[in-house]
Amino acid sequence: MNPTLSYFRQENLPHIWCPGCGHGTVTGSLVRAIRRLDLDKNKVCIVSGIGCSSRAVGYLDFDTLHTAHGRALAFATGIKLARPELKVIVMTGDGDCTAIGGNHFIHAARRNIDITTIVMNNNIYGMTSGQYSPMTPKGMYGTTAPYGNLERSFDLCELAKAAGATYVGRATSFHVPLLIDLIEAAIRNRGFSVVEALVQCPTYFGRKNNIGGAVEMLEWIRDGVVNAKAAPSLPPEKVAGKKLIGELHNAPAPEYSADYDELIARVQRTYDKFQGGLYGCASNSD
Amino acid sequence: MTRNAKLMQGNEACTLGALAAGLEFYAGYPITPSTEIAELCSEELPKVGGKFIQMEDEIGSIAACIGASLVGKKAMTATSGPGFSLMQECLGYASLTEVPLVIVDVQRMGPSTGMPTSPAQGDLMQARWGTHGDHPVFVLAPGSVKECFELTFKAFDIAEAWRVPVIVLMDEIIGHMREKVVLPDFSTLRPLRRASPASPAGYRPYAADPDGGVPLMAAFGEGYRWHVTGLFHDESGRPSGKSEVADALLRRLARKVEKAALSIEEHFEESLEDAEIAVISFGSSAMSGLSAVRRARREGIRAGMLRLKTMWPFPDGLVSRTASRAGRIVVPEMNLGQLALEVERAAGGAARVTRLGKVNGELFRPEEVYAAIVGAASDGDAIAEAAR
Repeated sequence: MNPTLSYFRQENLPHIWCPGCGHGTVTGSLVRAIRRLDLDKNKVCIVSGIGCSSRAVGYLDFDTLHTAHGRALAFATGIKLARPELKVIVMTGDGDCTAIGGNHFIHAARRNIDITTIVMNNNIYGMTSGQYSPMTPKGMYGTTAPYGNLERSFDLCELAKAAGATYVGRATSFHVPLLIDLIEAAIRNRGFSVVEALVQCPTYFGRKNNIGGAVEMLEWIRDGVVNAKAAPSLPPEKVAGKKLIGELHNAPAPEYSADYDELIARVQRTYDKFQGGLYGCASNSD
Repeated sequence: MTRNAKLMQGNEACTLGALAAGLEFYAGYPITPSTEIAELCSEELPKVGGKFIQMEDEIGSIAACIGASLVGKKAMTATSGPGFSLMQECLGYASLTEVPLVIVDVQRMGPSTGMPTSPAQGDLMQARWGTHGDHPVFVLAPGSVKECFELTFKAFDIAEAWRVPVIVLMDEIIGHMREKVVLPDFSTLRPLRRASPASPAGYRPYAADPDGGVPLMAAFGEGYRWHVTGLFHDESGRPSGKSEVADALLRRLARKVEKAALSIEEHFEESLEDAEIAVISFGSSAMSGLSAVRRARREGIRAGMLRLKTMWPFPDGLVSRTASRAGRIVVPEMNLGQLALEVERAAGGAARVTRLGKVNGELFRPEEVYAAIVGAASDGDAIAEAAR
C-alpha cells in the first residue's frame, strides 16, 4: 500500500475535485512532507477556509477544521495561541487567502505566529465556476472578466515577506519535489510560513483562457516560472515577466505564541504574591 | 465590612464573571462601550495562564475564539453593535458546529456608527436573527452590575452544557454603571465543563439523541482526529448533502434550545401577582421601569414589573400568563419596538400592549414610564367604562 494513504481518511475518498485539478498534487505533497518530518498525527491540526482547495482537509486524517470563507488563519490563530504544542497548517486558495482573507493573512504574518500556510493559487474562483480573483493576471479572462481582467494581481510571496512572514517559498504542481521540500522547510520554521503553490484549473481557468487541458496547463505553469537560484545568472530576457520559484525568504524571528508563554511566566512571577488588582480579590479584600 | 464587596462597573463584573467561570481565552477588537472587558482580560488572563489576543477585526476575534474552544478552552469575545454585526457569520458557524463560546454585546446607539457612547437596545433582534439560516440562540440580558457577573458566569455554563454560542446582551448603561457588588468566593463556584468522550475508539463527533441531544466534544490535539465543518454534516462529521441529514441536524439543534429553555429561564418580578398593568422590559430600561412601577403603586395604581433576563429563547409562557392576568402591558425599551413585538406575539391578544420606544441615545427617565403606566391605566378605565 502507498504509505501516504495512511494519512488520508480513505472512507471520505474519492475527492470532489475535477479531473486534472492540481489540488490533489499539493495535498499529496503536504502529506509527503509531514511523513518526512515524522510528525505525530495527533498533534497536527489542519485548517482551511472555503473553496475548492479548502476541501482538502476533509480527506486528511488529522484534527481538521473547515471554516468560513477567508477566516482559516483567524481560526488557526486561536488554535495555535490556545495550544502552542500543536503543529498548525492552513490550506487555502488564492481567493480565500488574498481577497476575503487578506487582512487575516497580513496580520498573521505580522505576528509571526507559528502557522504554515499553503496557498493553492489557480488564478480563479473555482468553486463558484470561474470568476476572476486577486491572483488572476491582468488581461486574462474569468466569467466576471469577459473582456479581460483590468485589475493587477498580487505577488503573494512579496506580500507575505513585506507583512512579516519569516519563511516564504513558491513552487508549482509541475515542480513536485521542490514543493515537498518547501513545505517541509516551512513546517520546520518556527514562525509564520507561506508556500505558494501554483496549480492548474483546467476546468475554468484553462478553458476560459484557451490554455488547454491539464497537461497544457502544467506546461504553461512550467514556462511561467524560473528557479530563484538560477535567475541571477540568466540573461534578463529569460527572467522578465516570470515568477520565481524556490525558497524566497528565510529569516527566523521570535514567534508569537512562544513570546506569549514567556509573557505569562513573567506576569506570574510578578504576581505570584500579588496583593492587589481584581482577580483573586476574594483572598485579599476586607 | 462585607468581605469582597467592590465598587465596579458592569463591564468589570462581566469580565470577573467570565474569569470565575474559568475563562482561558479572549480574542477581541476595541470598540466602545465594551473596551474595558478587553482591557481587563489582557491584564488578568496571563495571571491565570490564559491567553488574550487583540485581533485585526471582530470577524477574526470570534473565529479565534472558536479555534480556542475547539482545543478545549473556555473562550469569550466582547463587542458592540457594529462589531457584533461582523461576528454574525461565524456565530452561525459556531451554532452549526456546536462550539461552546460566549459573546458579549454591550449595545450602543445604531444603526451604523450611530452614537458610540450612548446606550440603546437595538440589537435584540440582531442577537436572535443576525446570522443567516435557522439556528439555536441563547441570549441573556443583565439588569444590574451584579447580574453582569452572574449572567456571564451562567452564559459559560449554558455554552458548555449545550455546546452553543451564548450571547450576553448588555447596554452602555449596564456596562459603564458602577454599583457596589458583593462577589462570591470564586473557589466555592462550580462552573460546568463540556462532556467529553472517554476514548477515541469509535468516536462519532456528532452522534446524539435526535431529540435535542448534545454530542460529546473531544478537543483537538487529543488523538481523536475529527473533522469540523460549516457544511451540513452527518454524525461522523463528514459533509453531507443529503436532505434527511440536514433536516435531522437542524431539528436537533432547534430542539436543544427548547429543552434548555426550561432549565435556564430567569427573570425578575415585583408586584406582579395582582397587577393590572405590567411593565415588561430588560436591561437598563427596566431600572427606570421598576422605579415607575413603585411610584405607581404608591399612588394607588396596580402596576407590576416583569424584567426578562433570558431574552432568547423567549419566555413565551411567562409573558403569556402575565398578559392574561394583567390585561395591559407597557414595554419600555431603547429601540422602536423589538421587545414589544415579541410581547405582543406571546400575549396573543390577551393584553393591550403599549410600545414605549426611545431612540435618542438617552436612558428612560422614570417619569416617562410612569406617564405610560398612567396612560395605560386611564385607557383601561375608559374601556371598562365603555363596557358598562
